Amino acid sequence: MTEDDLDRNRRHFLTIATVVTGLAGAGAAAIPFLSSLKPSARAQAMGAPVEVPIGSLQVGEMVRVLWRGKLVFVLRRDEAMLATLPGMTDNLRDPNSEVVEQQPEYAMNESRSVKPEYLVVEGSCTHLGCAPIEDFEVRPAEGWGGGFFCPCHGSKFDLAGRVFKGVPAPTNLRVPPYRFVRDDLILIGLDTGAA
Amino acid sequence: MARIEAEVGTPKGGFMKWIDDRFPFTSTMKYHVTEYYASKNFNFWYVFGVLAFVVLFIQLFTGIFLTMNYKPDAAQAFASVEYIMRDVEWGWLIRYMHSTGASFFFIVVYLHMFRAMLYGSYKKPRELIWIIGMLIFLVLMAEAFAGYLLPWGQMSYWGAQVIISLFGAIPVVGDALVEIIRGDYSISDITLNRFFALHVIALPLALIGLVFVHIVALHEVGSNNPDGIEIKENKDAKGVPLDGIAFHPYHTSKDLVAIIIFLMIFSAVVFFAPEMGGYFLEHANFEPANLTATPEHIAPVWYFTPFYAILRAVPDKLWGFILFGLSVLLPMFLPWLDKSRVKSIRYRGPIYKSALTIFVISFLTLGWLGVQPAEGIYVRMAQFFGVLYFAFFLLMPYYTSIDKTKPVPERVVYNG
Repeated sequence: MTEDDLDRNRRHFLTIATVVTGLAGAGAAAIPFLSSLKPSARAQAMGAPVEVPIGSLQVGEMVRVLWRGKLVFVLRRDEAMLATLPGMTDNLRDPNSEVVEQQPEYAMNESRSVKPEYLVVEGSCTHLGCAPIEDFEVRPAEGWGGGFFCPCHGSKFDLAGRVFKGVPAPTNLRVPPYRFVRDDLILIGLDTGAA
Repeated sequence: MARIEAEVGTPKGGFMKWIDDRFPFTSTMKYHVTEYYASKNFNFWYVFGVLAFVVLFIQLFTGIFLTMNYKPDAAQAFASVEYIMRDVEWGWLIRYMHSTGASFFFIVVYLHMFRAMLYGSYKKPRELIWIIGMLIFLVLMAEAFAGYLLPWGQMSYWGAQVIISLFGAIPVVGDALVEIIRGDYSISDITLNRFFALHVIALPLALIGLVFVHIVALHEVGSNNPDGIEIKENKDAKGVPLDGIAFHPYHTSKDLVAIIIFLMIFSAVVFFAPEMGGYFLEHANFEPANLTATPEHIAPVWYFTPFYAILRAVPDKLWGFILFGLSVLLPMFLPWLDKSRVKSIRYRGPIYKSALTIFVISFLTLGWLGVQPAEGIYVRMAQFFGVLYFAFFLLMPYYTSIDKTKPVPERVVYNG
């Protein structure tokens, strides 16, 4: 074949067609590899709900449990603790829990809970995921009514896990889905089904 | 003597000819080693490229031996590292070489990068060498980060928690991306397993590939020198740069001295201060990962702290992430930010010299601030030096174009 016989249009078309087909194939082949990076069936199964017995939890006491490998705080608040919540509003970024992803609908209230007495929040700072430290000592001089303090980057949360203004954490501590199976038993990770 | 001259130019025979007919061995050696001409006036700053190569070799070599005894399993990882330290013959040495090597890698690479800033080695025609170098730096950061999770100590776990969470700051796709990185709803055995794969296969391969193209690009344009002049512009009759000497045996023997001194310092640290007071191996990492409690004081290993200080200085999650990312990536644009007509610090004016000094002070101070608690004066200082860090890059097009430069000589000078 000489240079003159060359049909450039046809060659161009074939080149484009080959490249497009090849890219489509490569894209399709990428799907299994990318999907394999997602949480596996076992990881999902391990993320099953956990039961937390709260019958022996004293007033003012907090337990730490793991759900999906994530830390969850269960705090039994006393009257004095609950009384601090309304007074905090001006210092908080989202006092009324308006960021919807951070809690189920039933926790979208001032105490951010199903029963005001029990606070259930993920113990994972919404900034970069460190576990906040509880600090329930009231220090009015500092404007501190008790709450959680993140040791990593200094974010602060009140006794309902609501974030203070002027700290790196953007949102309130997340409330996981949960429900009371009985008065003395909480199920974390699932909020539907009969009690 | 006559016999040797007679051999030059005569066709070779024997084994080497057999090889060279099938593989360009002799010509490649000439091109990259025995007839690669680099400037005669290289100084102290020009040893860090070779040293980076030495550390890369140490890391690959010791890494292979560590892999033989390490278990990438959340239930066994911490114990397997202790096993290497206590029960494997000389295991402690191999592991300390690897952990010390990680820190030395960054010391050497930071000095290597600073050399490029001193003598304008990133400027035309070496922009691509600089960009490939920056990519090597990014892969190295990822490699070090992945490796740090493997011992599964408290700092491994919570450090990874913080850095992976950074990606959650990206709008819309952030949360999904974090889940794909971890492969689970939290950092778990699954995360550890994939970080092991990245640390021992994927990232080292990328690193070796990038180092290869870094050197190919370097040998194409030729090395810079402390005067920042192009030695290829003055050649003798044979086409050899007048100011150049062959890489081997001249530069190699000089490099050998540097390597020996380097290994003396390296060994001193490995044998007498492998933890380096908690900077090379953090104290909290001698405790196994505890998912329910973050260490009171959390800080990354020293080589990430300048960028980490910038992250913490910003009281906003998304902006913290953006400025953190920018602080790492900005140096990549140096070839275009720097408008100066001269390359070397020797012929730059007072403005650039001051700017570079301020930059070095800012970088070191940020590094120190990154290990301090994030409160009060430390945050204010990090904000102040963070602004200086960014100003060095962002104002560079302006101050390098008005700076008064000195005339550059035709040929290289010594002890200048």
